[in-house]
Amino acid sequence: MKVIYILWLRQLKRYFRSKARLVGSLGQPLLFLVALGFGFGPIFQKAGGGNYIQFLAPGVVAMGILFTGIFTGVDIIWDRQFGFLKETLAAPVSRLQIMLGRTIGGATVATIQGIIVLLLTFAVGFRLDGMGFASIVPAVLLMFVIALLFTALGTAIASLLQDVQGFQLIMNFLVMPTFFLSGALFPLEGLPRVISDIASADPLTYGIDGLRGILTNSAHFNMYTDVLVSLIVMVVLVAIGSYLFTKIEI
Amino acid sequence: MSDNIIEVRDLVKDFDGFRAVNDVSFTVPARRIFSFLGPNGAGKTTSIKILTTMLHPTSGVVRVNGFDPVTQQNEVRHSFGIVFQDPSLDDELTAYENMEFHGVLYGMDKATRRARIKELLDFMELWDRKDNLVKEFSGGMKRRLEIARGLLHHPKILFMDEPTLGLDPQTRNHIWGYIRNLNKTEGITVFFTTHYIEEAEHVSDTVAIMDHGRIITHGSPDELKRQTGASSLEEAFLKLTGSAIREEEASSTDRARQRYHRMHH
Ligand SMILES: Nc1ncnc2c1ncn2[C@@H]1O[C@H](COP(=O)(O)OP(=O)(O)OP(=O)(O)O)[C@@H](O)[C@H]1O
Ligand SMILES: [Mg+2]
Repeated sequence: MKVIYILWLRQLKRYFRSKARLVGSLGQPLLFLVALGFGFGPIFQKAGGGNYIQFLAPGVVAMGILFTGIFTGVDIIWDRQFGFLKETLAAPVSRLQIMLGRTIGGATVATIQGIIVLLLTFAVGFRLDGMGFASIVPAVLLMFVIALLFTALGTAIASLLQDVQGFQLIMNFLVMPTFFLSGALFPLEGLPRVISDIASADPLTYGIDGLRGILTNSAHFNMYTDVLVSLIVMVVLVAIGSYLFTKIEI
Repeated sequence: MSDNIIEVRDLVKDFDGFRAVNDVSFTVPARRIFSFLGPNGAGKTTSIKILTTMLHPTSGVVRVNGFDPVTQQNEVRHSFGIVFQDPSLDDELTAYENMEFHGVLYGMDKATRRARIKELLDFMELWDRKDNLVKEFSGGMKRRLEIARGLLHHPKILFMDEPTLGLDPQTRNHIWGYIRNLNKTEGITVFFTTHYIEEAEHVSDTVAIMDHGRIITHGSPDELKRQTGASSLEEAFLKLTGSAIREEEASSTDRARQRYHRMHH
């Protein structure tokens, strides 16, 4: 327990000390929120989609979580590069504990990031429909599940990579498609078959849809299905990440 | 149980076709100071990584404190502490936090941990800088912190891979004094490598010399000197390993590639 705690604490300290990273990772969701939110707002309204900010905000919150989660998971590559990974791997603690401590730490950081983005969405006019403030607690819980999912995914990938060169690859072929094909930016109704199929295979789709269900009572799928899918994928990815992490050799 | 705390028999380690450790056998008696010498690329670090569960051997039998590093990783990890050759501190944490992290990871109780962190940081003259981020430290300060951290939890076996790399002679003497004392009072077995051969001569009970993945000889410093008719261990070392520079000798592109590869890990 203490081991998991100290690893969790380390992730938090690293995050809050690196102001550049903190601000930098807020920039992108904010840009999407403002540029797309206001840019596409009128068209979206005309097409009968309602208020676009209301639609977009949960997607942008999830975006913040996705990016931060993957990056804190992928942090292992940097720990390998700078050597600190050796210190943890040589210690007499199970690698499962190390993996869990890191992942829960990274997920906490990603959730905090998501909460900050959520607060920013209020500033540009996002309003809670349905349950009102009571929806914050379940929303944060789901955000944490999404965060765990992507931090574990980052850990799994980083366990397979030998160096930081693979980083750009992850960004272009994993993070970006996961975001753009998730239904964060567009409604899932009436999509071409291919896109709709890809979107339903994207775990982020369910996370975002679940958040929409909780925050604005406008889920495309069933909100409980969303939460269940997110939970299952999260557990599977944590298991895979733990397995791959135990196989690392230095 | 025999009095050898480390036993290695017919150890082999291959890296995609290149044999870094080639049929190595040796033992290390408990509570002694053992030095593992050899030119660059001899296979010292690779051997230590195998002993400390960080790498799997290709073949051979290894016992550390009676346990097998392949199948009993946890027991082995409970038996040793290590100072790595390459940096392994978290630059984004303070000196104190690095020590604290280590103490918790090794299950030390709070009182012992706090007391020993103070003692070691004082000893390494880092106590005044304990709340500075490690990235603000000089090379020598980082090295001292790495050693302090390795000494924190008093393991049965202490592995140190070129611990004194880049430290001035005063500091090296100072640190060796501490380690020898630890060896005497706590009976900690010390297994270290160094390129400062006079340092090894001064502190080791037993020396093994490795070259090109093989152990070429071992014994006490006096025995090795007698064997080669040398007046110092350094002279004996040069007689045994020749004076060719290793980097030039290893000329095949394959080895160069592997070195490149290693540097980028
Ligand atoms: N991960 C790796 N992949 C490929 N080759 C490796 C790897 N690690 C080490 N080697 C090779 O194995 C050989 C032994 O390396 P090792 O690091 O054990 O040497 P060493 O005795 O510690 O040398 P030094 O005194 O320079 O630290 C070298 O030729 C090195 O290039
Ligand atoms: Mg070495």
